[in-house]
Amino acid sequence: MQFFTDPNFQPWLIPLGPLLAFIIITLATNRAKLAPSGDMVYGGFRPPYGNMPVPVATPWSRFLSISVGLGGIIMSLLVSWSVVFRAIGDHDFGTSVVFGNSTDWLANGTQMLRVGVLVDPLNAVMLFMVPIVVLCIFIYSIGYMANDPRQSRFFALISLFAGAMLTLCVSDNLLFLFVGWEVMGLCSYLLIGFWFEKESAYKAAIKAFTTTRVADVIMLLGIVYLYHITGTLNFREIMYANNGALLEVLGNTPAILFGSFGFSAASLIGVFLIIGTIGKSAQFPLHVWLPDAMQGPTPVSAMIHAAAMVSAGIYAIIRMYPVFVGAGAFAADPHHGLFTQPLMLMALVGAFTALFAATMAVAQNDVKAVLAYSTISQLGFMMAALGIGAYVAATFHLITHAFFKALLFLSSGSVIHAMEHGEHHVHEHGHGHDGGGGHGTAAAATVHEHGAQDHSETHDAHAGHDAHGHGEEHAAHDEHAFDPQDMMNMGGLRNKIPVTFYAFMIGGFSLAGFPLITAGFWSKDEILADAWLGATEGFGPHAFVFVMLAVAAFLTAFYTMRQLCLTFFGEARTEEAAHAGLGGPNNIISQTMQLPLIILSFFAIFAGFVGVPKDFPILGSIFSSGGSFFFHLVERSVVPLGNIAPQHPAFNIFPVLVSFAVALGGLYLGWVMYGRKPLKAGEPDPLIDILGSSLHTTLKNRYYMDDLYTMLFVKPSQAIANFINVFIDKGLIDSILHGIARLAVWIGDFIKVLNLWLIYGVGDGIPRGIYRAGGWLRRTQSGRIQQYLLAVLIVAVLIGLVLAVTSGALAAPR
Amino acid sequence: MVPLWFYLIVAAALFSMGTFGVLSRRNGVAVLMSVELMLNAVNINLVAFWRYLTPEKINGMAFAAFVFVVAAAEAAVGLAIIISVYRNRHSVIPEEADTLRG
Amino acid sequence: MEITIITIAFIVFSLISLVGAYGVVTCHNLFRGTIWLMVSLFGAAGMFVLLSAPFLAAVQVLVYIGAIAILFTFAVMLTRSVSNLKTRFNRLNINIAAAVALFALLVVGIIAPVFISNPNLQQPISTVTRTTIDLGESFGSGNSFALPFEVASLLLTATMIGAIVIARETDDEV
Repeated sequence: MQFFTDPNFQPWLIPLGPLLAFIIITLATNRAKLAPSGDMVYGGFRPPYGNMPVPVATPWSRFLSISVGLGGIIMSLLVSWSVVFRAIGDHDFGTSVVFGNSTDWLANGTQMLRVGVLVDPLNAVMLFMVPIVVLCIFIYSIGYMANDPRQSRFFALISLFAGAMLTLCVSDNLLFLFVGWEVMGLCSYLLIGFWFEKESAYKAAIKAFTTTRVADVIMLLGIVYLYHITGTLNFREIMYANNGALLEVLGNTPAILFGSFGFSAASLIGVFLIIGTIGKSAQFPLHVWLPDAMQGPTPVSAMIHAAAMVSAGIYAIIRMYPVFVGAGAFAADPHHGLFTQPLMLMALVGAFTALFAATMAVAQNDVKAVLAYSTISQLGFMMAALGIGAYVAATFHLITHAFFKALLFLSSGSVIHAMEHGEHHVHEHGHGHDGGGGHGTAAAATVHEHGAQDHSETHDAHAGHDAHGHGEEHAAHDEHAFDPQDMMNMGGLRNKIPVTFYAFMIGGFSLAGFPLITAGFWSKDEILADAWLGATEGFGPHAFVFVMLAVAAFLTAFYTMRQLCLTFFGEARTEEAAHAGLGGPNNIISQTMQLPLIILSFFAIFAGFVGVPKDFPILGSIFSSGGSFFFHLVERSVVPLGNIAPQHPAFNIFPVLVSFAVALGGLYLGWVMYGRKPLKAGEPDPLIDILGSSLHTTLKNRYYMDDLYTMLFVKPSQAIANFINVFIDKGLIDSILHGIARLAVWIGDFIKVLNLWLIYGVGDGIPRGIYRAGGWLRRTQSGRIQQYLLAVLIVAVLIGLVLAVTSGALAAPR
Repeated sequence: MVPLWFYLIVAAALFSMGTFGVLSRRNGVAVLMSVELMLNAVNINLVAFWRYLTPEKINGMAFAAFVFVVAAAEAAVGLAIIISVYRNRHSVIPEEADTLRG
Repeated sequence: MEITIITIAFIVFSLISLVGAYGVVTCHNLFRGTIWLMVSLFGAAGMFVLLSAPFLAAVQVLVYIGAIAILFTFAVMLTRSVSNLKTRFNRLNINIAAAVALFALLVVGIIAPVFISNPNLQQPISTVTRTTIDLGESFGSGNSFALPFEVASLLLTATMIGAIVIARETDDEV
């Protein structure tokens, strides 16, 4: 029993819950019954499959899978929170005390590879955030996926996802972290492509997987190189053992590649690890997969983009931060303007991505696409923060971002649900295909697939509507190009789905950084403060980061307000929006969907207060009288190495004012453009006129980066594959095989002819000849006596003749 | 008296004609009749030789007598066989009795 | 060679014999064939007389003509061979050739070189011959032909029995 209460051992149990849930659901509780696909329980999913029987999860299977899944994550939550709270309570936690446990795993020659768990302050905050967010997502999924025929499988997969994320969080070495990393990559593929019959969904899944995989390979190279130099992958050993002796080694060894350009081993490893994060956390240029990951169900988007996958990338960097800083001659001191290559890379990429994504977000019309780009942008914030040395601020932003982004995604899922309810209403009440008026110019074919797919999965969620021939209804939907995710089709939902509206507003304001009361403000402000501090001292990268992030924050606020206004304010722009709703507060599905929103809203507001800087006027002394709680906690996770010790800058009013300005300014501008005079049906987006339609279109098409990648990578690969298929597979290999086959057949024929001649001709010919000879001789034996006698007589005469001649009787003269 | 060889030539002629009959007649009874001719010719030969070469011995005549006996017996049995064959096959043509054909 | 009565008698009897034989061999009607057989045998009987074997001539007429030829008559009747035979000969040419070859061989190969040219055989050696009485005595004497005589009688008995057995009609009785 001591095992279960010792905080050193308890971290092993944290990922165990969801992983066990995955195994149990997959092997035992995922049971389906076959039902004809035209049946109501299948709900007219894509594709309709004619009336072929398809497996639909049985109600008992759903109940058991949900229970097992929830049980797993709740167990994880309980254990992790117990560890976290015990850790926080310990005053020395982080400096001299960390929870950890490791065990031998693989014998590697004479060394032993160990695998284990570790809980230190950085971990602790992750372990605080991840289980609760994931739990909210699980609860949300109960309602959201209630009519999906593969709901049990969904719960198994998100349990696996959660298990992998938690594995990554508690692991104490890079290899174990990488295992969790890769399993999450796999789960992202499985979950983005959850509705795999849809072409756009499975293509998006492949895109996500391959893009992150490219980055993961390079990251693995970095890990291998690290192991090669240091002989260990354990975090604490690399960074803290022998007073950082290994870090000295890493810092002083010139790198294998680019060593002559001044790259130390630590820098090279750092760059490779950062490239891994660029892929996983969707920074430029590997950001292309994240917007397409919207093809998955909304809980998946929430999980991938808020709680789990993208956070993992940032977490990994923070974990390995001392390596990026380096040591020895090339050590960085970001607070004094000395950067190593990894830090410079992070700062530049992060800041650029933040602005880059924000610009694309202002031109999107799909409610989830806006959130996707905002995720990329916020991750850019975190990466830039890491680049300039403000790792605590980055951690803080990571945590708060997880909360409000998950909240935003789940709320958007609610909105989409409501819109589909409205669409269902419209069809039912015989309004026909009336949504045409509200399509707007932007309901382009690009989002058509979203519409068709999301239609089908929620149509049966509406209580009180009797059975319809859903099959034929959905056939009609195909021609109907109504997209429930298009914000241009929404409007006026504020009164229809009030709880969602408030949740969305809280999340949106948090994202925008609404001053003082939202968590997002505090974390964003930290980053800007650190950047400003460096900028005032004249360091170029800091200034660059500051300017880019400030503009990005402005745009963030702007597009958030735009989203809010387009969706919730004004009049409904389409019939469907007019009838939108979630079925009333007593609907169990809407309750399961709204409870997580409420929980996350709470965190989105109050999670920021743990990180109020000490010197902040008024509020600082209220919340952080003994120093900012969060700071003190997290800064202990990285033992100060002097040059990267996070400084507690004296309070400077300027970055706070800038934060105020950008947040309020952006919100105001958005209100002015979209809220004061809400868009009516059919009106085009006013932004198009401001930016000019060509620029707007470029932003909408993501700067054509997808097309660039297609041209650079996808098409050549396909061409090469095609070439190999035609010339090598079919031309060479198949022709060899065909040739061998023909040869074998020819040999067979030859032997057959030989057989024919040999056996039939000779072997059978001899008996035949004998037979014929016998037949010829047989004629002498006719059975006729007189013939025999004749023969006898002739022979006798001949003999007599011979005797007569030889005895001389004939020759004698008479 | 005629020379011996007169008798011998007559007997040879009778024998040849009998042989011809045996070989070529299509009726079984005719064949047997030809056989009797042959036996008759043989008898003539015997008696001629006895008379001209050893008339003082009785052997020649006795032997001729025995030839008579044997010829008679053979004719009797041969005809009995022919009758039996006729009963079974309704034909006495030797050419048609070829079941030993092989 | 002088032409005596014996010579003429010989010529007559030999012609009778040969003509009879020809008739036997070439008859259409087998009934007539048996008559021709009788004719031929009669000619042979005459030649026996000329050869100082009167007993044999008598036996010839009695047994051969009187019994065996009659037997042939019955056989002809019993086998329905009386009617005109459509085909008399098979393989006619070869058979004629063979018979002629045989005759030629006999004459040219045997008779001519041996007997014709031998002057000693032109006349009978002596005119003293054995008679019928001597024949009878030889059949009864143990030094002579008694045993063959008995065996001949046995043969005839067996022949009779055999002929009866062979030629009888079998109706499922023993």
